[in-house]
Amino acid sequence: MQHLSIFPVLIPLLFGAIMLLPPISRNINYQRIASVIGTLFMLMSTATLLYKVNAEGVQLYALGGWQAPFGIALVADRVSSLMVLLTSFMSFAIMLYAVSGQDKGGAYFHPLFMFQIMGINGAFLTGDIFNLFVFFEVLLIASYALLIHAGGKQKTQATLHYVILNLVGSSFFLFGLGILYGTLGTLNMADMAIKVGQLQGETATLAKTGALLLLVVFGLKAAMLPMHFWLPKTYASASAPVAALFAIMTKVGIYSIFRVYTVIFGEHAGELANIATPWLWPLALLTITIGSIGVFASPGIKTLSANLVIVSSGSLLACAAINSEEATSAALYYMVHSTLASAALFLLADVMSRQRGKAEDRFVRSRPFAQPRLLGFAFAILALSLVGMPPLSGFVGKIMILQATQSSAQTMWVWPLILLGSLAALIIFSRAGTTLFWRHNGSVTAEAEPAKKLEIAGIALLILASPLLVLFGGDVSEYTQLAASYLHDIQASAYGLLPGVAQ
Amino acid sequence: MEGLYAFCVGLLTACGIFLALRGRSFSVVIGLTLLSYAVNLFLFASGRLKLNAAAVLGQSEQYSDPLPQALVLTAIVIGFAMTAFVVILAMRARADLGNDHVDGTLPSLPNDTQQKTGGNQ
Repeated sequence: MQHLSIFPVLIPLLFGAIMLLPPISRNINYQRIASVIGTLFMLMSTATLLYKVNAEGVQLYALGGWQAPFGIALVADRVSSLMVLLTSFMSFAIMLYAVSGQDKGGAYFHPLFMFQIMGINGAFLTGDIFNLFVFFEVLLIASYALLIHAGGKQKTQATLHYVILNLVGSSFFLFGLGILYGTLGTLNMADMAIKVGQLQGETATLAKTGALLLLVVFGLKAAMLPMHFWLPKTYASASAPVAALFAIMTKVGIYSIFRVYTVIFGEHAGELANIATPWLWPLALLTITIGSIGVFASPGIKTLSANLVIVSSGSLLACAAINSEEATSAALYYMVHSTLASAALFLLADVMSRQRGKAEDRFVRSRPFAQPRLLGFAFAILALSLVGMPPLSGFVGKIMILQATQSSAQTMWVWPLILLGSLAALIIFSRAGTTLFWRHNGSVTAEAEPAKKLEIAGIALLILASPLLVLFGGDVSEYTQLAASYLHDIQASAYGLLPGVAQ
Repeated sequence: MEGLYAFCVGLLTACGIFLALRGRSFSVVIGLTLLSYAVNLFLFASGRLKLNAAAVLGQSEQYSDPLPQALVLTAIVIGFAMTAFVVILAMRARADLGNDHVDGTLPSLPNDTQQKTGGNQ
């Protein structure tokens, strides 16, 4: 199967387009079936891709038969195939949740969902930086429409901010790309990595400007400190399946930071070696701090999970700043864990708020749940996992990050911040749990609808991933280690992708 | 030629950023449009400015880089779609929130005792 690498982009595109056509577009039940089948196909193809990449090495796919660096190449290496598998698994679980009623709030939920997945998968797989921009736009325009799904004042307001910010971000992205193309003369990431080492003097300064403009854009997507203000409101106001899918959106930014500032502007970049590190250090640490403060101040579960996304972004950025193989490996493991756990928390928050009447997801005394045991167990497991308590995946991920710090200065900054962040999460989760589950009055509301079977299945899939990540922790961390050493090895990640170019 | 071109791109960018930072959604949309024009011109210039140079080999003595032109085309299409979306969204926000401020509420001015509610003005 030489075309396997493009399946994660083609499958959602095809299913999304089919769902816009008459016989399916008029009937929501057909759309639901098509969506579940589509995400299942995607899950199978990405799992096969991961297996193949692991067994045979990097899969290069030249679109249209034009060889890199002249054509656009899709590069399925260990990092990107892990990310597309994560996306497909998550979207399958979210789709199971959405088909039991959450998709009825507005038209075209299913096609838009598919197009967004297509954009996310494409952004992970592409080996061309302008193509990365195009896939960013694909995922963004689908996310704009999804965000406003189900309507309401709050959503309109949050969407307006989100859209304007991201449009400015896209302009900056293009400015950065223009500068880099003007100085390097190529857009293929592997080719850029090779050519950037030859830059000197004024040209190098110009390329540095472009590279740092890109950091601003990726930082905006990843919710890096001065650009994170949009996130809590946007995520908290989005409808549950959309917010859960958005959990991977910040990771697209983080992934791009790893890809661009490790491979292209990494250690081999001559004058421009490691240009992002001095910026990433303070910003990552401040992001963790501000996220933890936000966690403390959260009035409800949705805002809480949005702030936890900021904290995890900060931790991942700190890994990018440490800039070593161990740190990258830790980041990949933690990325998988935090994406799945925060997606599950967004879905669970929705189930909870539907059973509590007017109190919704706020931490106030209210009516008891219709299904206290089920929700209580799910909440407890998720809380343990997100706080980072053993025996769940959050613990392993955080340990890996802490172990990756090298010098004593790094240890002095990273350890206290990450541990204090965990403490903040622990305190707020205990407070939330006691208020939500134990302090209630009155009886179960009449309109409280118990969670449907498919919804429970979707959330359970996401939650179960956490113990599984620990159970198979050895295999997973071995894989992330190999992926990280691939990213840091310029022979493999740049020269290996361009046949005919020797060092 | 380069100086004039650079000045125009810079002016467009400056105006775009200034307008994008304003409070009303209309000026923000205009600002975003100006910014995307500036970006398109900038991308075009990334292949260097040349006179009498076709993008096809053998048509003229010197040739110009065709890639920036392809990039600009892509950027124009995407920018146009995004602008159309943001215009509709701004109108929706004007209808949903009752005013055209990007925050959804009009800030109260220091010397203004009467809070304006947008829709009635």
